[in-house]
Amino acid sequence: MNVATSADTGPLPEQAPCPRKLLFRGQAPKPPHRRALGPPLAVAPLLVFMGAAFGLPAIAIATGAFTTSADAPGGVRWTLSNLTTSVHGAYLTALWGSVRLSALSALLATVLGVPLAQAVVTSGSRALRDAVMSASGVLANFGGVPLAFAFVATLGNAGVLTTRLHLAARGWSLYSFWGLVVVYLYFLLPLMVLTIAPALEGLRAGWREAARNNGATSWQFWRHVALPVLAPSLLGGYVLLFGSAFAAYATAAAMVGSSVPLLTSQIADALSGNVLVGQGNVALALSVDMVVVAGAVMAVYVPLQRRSARWLA
Amino acid sequence: MAGLTNRRGIRWWRGAVALAAGLYFLVPLACSVLFTVDVPGRGFTLGAYTGILSASGFTSSLLLTLELAAATIVLVLGLLVPALLAARLGAPRLRPLLEVVCSLPLVVPSVALVAGYSGVLRWGPQYLSRTPLFETFVAVQNADFPVVLVLAYSVMALPLAYRALDAGMRAVDVRTLMEAARSCGASPVRAVFQAVLPNLRGALMNASFLTLALVLGEYTVGALLGFRPFAVWIVGIGGSQAQLSVAVSVLSLLLTWALLLVFAAASRPRTRTPRRARAKAAPALVPQESAT
Repeated sequence: MNVATSADTGPLPEQAPCPRKLLFRGQAPKPPHRRALGPPLAVAPLLVFMGAAFGLPAIAIATGAFTTSADAPGGVRWTLSNLTTSVHGAYLTALWGSVRLSALSALLATVLGVPLAQAVVTSGSRALRDAVMSASGVLANFGGVPLAFAFVATLGNAGVLTTRLHLAARGWSLYSFWGLVVVYLYFLLPLMVLTIAPALEGLRAGWREAARNNGATSWQFWRHVALPVLAPSLLGGYVLLFGSAFAAYATAAAMVGSSVPLLTSQIADALSGNVLVGQGNVALALSVDMVVVAGAVMAVYVPLQRRSARWLA
Repeated sequence: MAGLTNRRGIRWWRGAVALAAGLYFLVPLACSVLFTVDVPGRGFTLGAYTGILSASGFTSSLLLTLELAAATIVLVLGLLVPALLAARLGAPRLRPLLEVVCSLPLVVPSVALVAGYSGVLRWGPQYLSRTPLFETFVAVQNADFPVVLVLAYSVMALPLAYRALDAGMRAVDVRTLMEAARSCGASPVRAVFQAVLPNLRGALMNASFLTLALVLGEYTVGALLGFRPFAVWIVGIGGSQAQLSVAVSVLSLLLTWALLLVFAAASRPRTRTPRRARAKAAPALVPQESAT
């Protein structure tokens, strides 16, 4: 349409390149033929890479978990025994240990992280907020080896606090379930602050004022207004922390070895060949267990994230 | 009066929370430093820090990790940027597909991923020993530069880098930039490199930093596949030289922090005026972009 009008009135010489542009505008919903091949070509390398670097290992897990390993009597055949083994005996203890550790440390991080985020968000200082958020960004990724060693130096057997405060005599041990909880909080708390701060910023000041004008106490405001609005974000954050703690391996491996039974260290043990003959594929079955849990976490987290985004918009 | 006491109450509560959090996060760091300089029986010494450079394996493992990080960043950006740009510019229908593909690694924890990798690597000797593919299997496991680690790290970094780049492209109207550059006579390649990518500098830097931080701290995949990147080396020396390993841990945290500052500074526009101009222009561009 535009092309027709500009052609009728006769384009000025300097507008000469314009008709093509206008033609493009007019056909905006349908991309020009010249580009038709471009997008698939640009996306193809990513898809091919994911097929090879992610798809192949995924196939290896999926097939390996349901077949016997090559050194088993009778050779490779389909079986469910790997999966059955992976939820019995020592493996069940490890799975339960992982779930308990993740659930508890994620709960503590949620309960402690919300006041911390609220204190930062309501401080009114932009600089403080930015500093805390970037520090949280680093600390949330600080999990792993450096974290383990920092805590060994602090609360380990020869740690600075342990020796100075004689904690060992009072029954403290870093290399225990509760020791791991204390360490895990170090990266879970910042992660919670990162996750929940945008939601807390979305709490409109007007809501608090409206509640107060209606005679609500601070407690009633939190109980009836803020927490229901925050509930999807809180639950989403909790689930994310759970998943993060559940998947963590390096921290526990560098710190306690396998003195606290965890699913991740069982997989690592099994991968290192530390299994009975013929059970080589149990590691892959354990991986399937982990993927199922992580998949469930994402299935809960993504809809909750969408829901809380609606309130924050 | 009630308002005053209430506010004072809030302030007191906020201070207590900040103090407790500050203690929890700073004490382990302070104690780590103390642990490395105050050795029982020898008093104050900086031996742990001066001994780092001469420790066997330090330079080689750090160099290996930095090389792996560089390769991973190049690979991740090289795969993601064209795909995301294409999805923004020409094929919006590809965007949900990209989001799903790039989020898939979140469902597979790194321990499970490495189990899959070791499964695949076992196929080499098991099924492919008489085919040319076997050479590939050997080559990717070369201990001098294990390509297999680059592949695994790229998969793990993909969700982080995707989020960073996607957020960056949301804030800048890529399509208008591209069209403006094209109508000024730029070729598509020139438009991308001189108009679009400079405007995405912050997002590119952010994605690179996240990838770098991931590779620097990565232990699981390297250790379980039997390679010796930096984190694996730290754990290795931890058994015999506790002071040294803690000193390296402290330094690696400081290094990460310094890198974060460098990347944050680099992702800012060079002069102040464009920044202000962009801040003003951005709100006008965003609604247009979200309408498309």
